[in-house]
Amino acid sequence: MIEVKDLTVHYYREKEAIPALRQVNINIGTGDIYTFIGPSGCGKSTFLYVLSGILKDYEGSVRIDGRPVDPKSQRIGLILQNYGLLPWKNVYANTMLGLKIKNDQKFLDDHCHALLKQLGIDHLLDRFPKELSGGQQQRVAIARAFMLKPDLLLMDEPFSALDAITREELQEVFLNLWKENNVTTVFITHSVDEALYLGSKIVVFSPSPGRILDVLDNPCFQMENLRSSEKYYDMSMRIRKILNKG
Amino acid sequence: MLSNRFWRGATYGLLLVIIIWQALAWLLKIPIIPPPLAVLTNLIEIFADKMGLHLLYSLGRIIAGISIAILIGVPTGLLMGYFERIDKVLSPLVYFTYPIPKIALLPIIMLLFGLGEGSKLIMIVLIVIFQIIITSRDAVKAIPQDIFRSLQSLGAGRLQMFTEIIIPASLADVLTATRLALGTAVSILFFTETFGTEYGMGYFIMDAWMRVNYLDMYGGIVILSLMGFVLFTVIDITEKRVSAWR
Ligand SMILES: Nc1ncnc2c1ncn2[C@@H]1O[C@H](COP(=O)(O)OP(=O)(O)OP(=O)(O)O)[C@@H](O)[C@H]1O
Ligand SMILES: [Mg+2]
Repeated sequence: MIEVKDLTVHYYREKEAIPALRQVNINIGTGDIYTFIGPSGCGKSTFLYVLSGILKDYEGSVRIDGRPVDPKSQRIGLILQNYGLLPWKNVYANTMLGLKIKNDQKFLDDHCHALLKQLGIDHLLDRFPKELSGGQQQRVAIARAFMLKPDLLLMDEPFSALDAITREELQEVFLNLWKENNVTTVFITHSVDEALYLGSKIVVFSPSPGRILDVLDNPCFQMENLRSSEKYYDMSMRIRKILNKG
Repeated sequence: MLSNRFWRGATYGLLLVIIIWQALAWLLKIPIIPPPLAVLTNLIEIFADKMGLHLLYSLGRIIAGISIAILIGVPTGLLMGYFERIDKVLSPLVYFTYPIPKIALLPIIMLLFGLGEGSKLIMIVLIVIFQIIITSRDAVKAIPQDIFRSLQSLGAGRLQMFTEIIIPASLADVLTATRLALGTAVSILFFTETFGTEYGMGYFIMDAWMRVNYLDMYGGIVILSLMGFVLFTVIDITEKRVSAWR
């Protein structure tokens, strides 16, 4: 369970305070997947940096399972738009990174190998990131996050740099993995379609400084042939309307 | 390993030098330009018991100088790159001293540290260290924020930031800087070996010149060039190896 109460964030440049998030309140239940959507610059990444313990300078309270955010004791899987892979480590070392830092294990076990196979990157272990396509790099980042067996999965527009075909492929791969692992997930996107496909609930942000405009239940989540259904169309119109009104 | 192109280039270069040298020797027929074959025969004769020790001295000085420069310069540069505050304090100092032609400092160094080994080492260190400091600092600054973030979210400590990110990211650049500074370092070494010592290739060459033994003198020059070439190649190979990920 993630509890965010009155979260307000400012960035400071010289002496000027730039507001990035204003009075954000939300609770996310354990095992849920929430998609967050909002205009560019509204503070979505900022929200994720707070949840992942990267940004510590904020007002309000953020608690994960009743405790303040602490990346040392909590297991947080973070997946970023630019993959966040270390260019000087090959695929094997990159996927191992989380386990190495958490001091869990020195080698990949069966669970890890199954994961790599499921993601279709088990034959690429000795390649460097620059020798992979964007889609393959993002698969490596996903593998790294899931190998951690995270308590919390945070994803910042992970698929938006990919072409449409690869993106839909990866959305499906990701959703399958998520179902098997059932990990609490915050998924940030700027695509209404992605928000509807991946979120059990959809949180809509206002333009900068970000506030939550609405939290919608998503009836389309895990629906067959989602994109051709009427509900999908209705929901997508609803979200667009909220976004446009700001 | 180095490409065939490198070795082919080196071979052509060597052949060209020998051809021009031989041509000059034939055309001018003066004792100050002996033919290459005579120099080589003499070199083989004198190397073991007359020249080897001098080569060892020079090699020792330059390796020690470069190692000291790396041991001091790399940590300084990395800390400057990572901690804004250290950078603010040290940068002006580095920028002020970097463009001073180091040879101009030689009289001061000699006055302060005498004519012995200390001055020779300090000169080499001074030549190489600034480039190493600036390069390693810039290498750290060029690391994208996302790479640090993915490690932070895993709960990595400061030490792990250095071992996992900062050191591997800057290693290749540091070697490039060392390779670039090597040429100047060898010429300064030669210069400092012409006084205050009876060992080293600089001494050997100048001494042969005084004795009007041109065969020995040319032999010394050949060996000094060869030493520079070998050092250059070793650094180049290491550099290629550690930057395979680029
Ligand atoms: N380091 C910083 N210093 C000052 N202002 C910043 C800084 N980082 C972000 N901001 C500002 O804070 C606001 C929120 O930024 P953030 O990156 O969280 O937006 P975002 O919703 O993720 O945008 P996008 O969809 O384009 O990724 C923006 O208006 C941005 O200009
Ligand atoms: Mg963002």
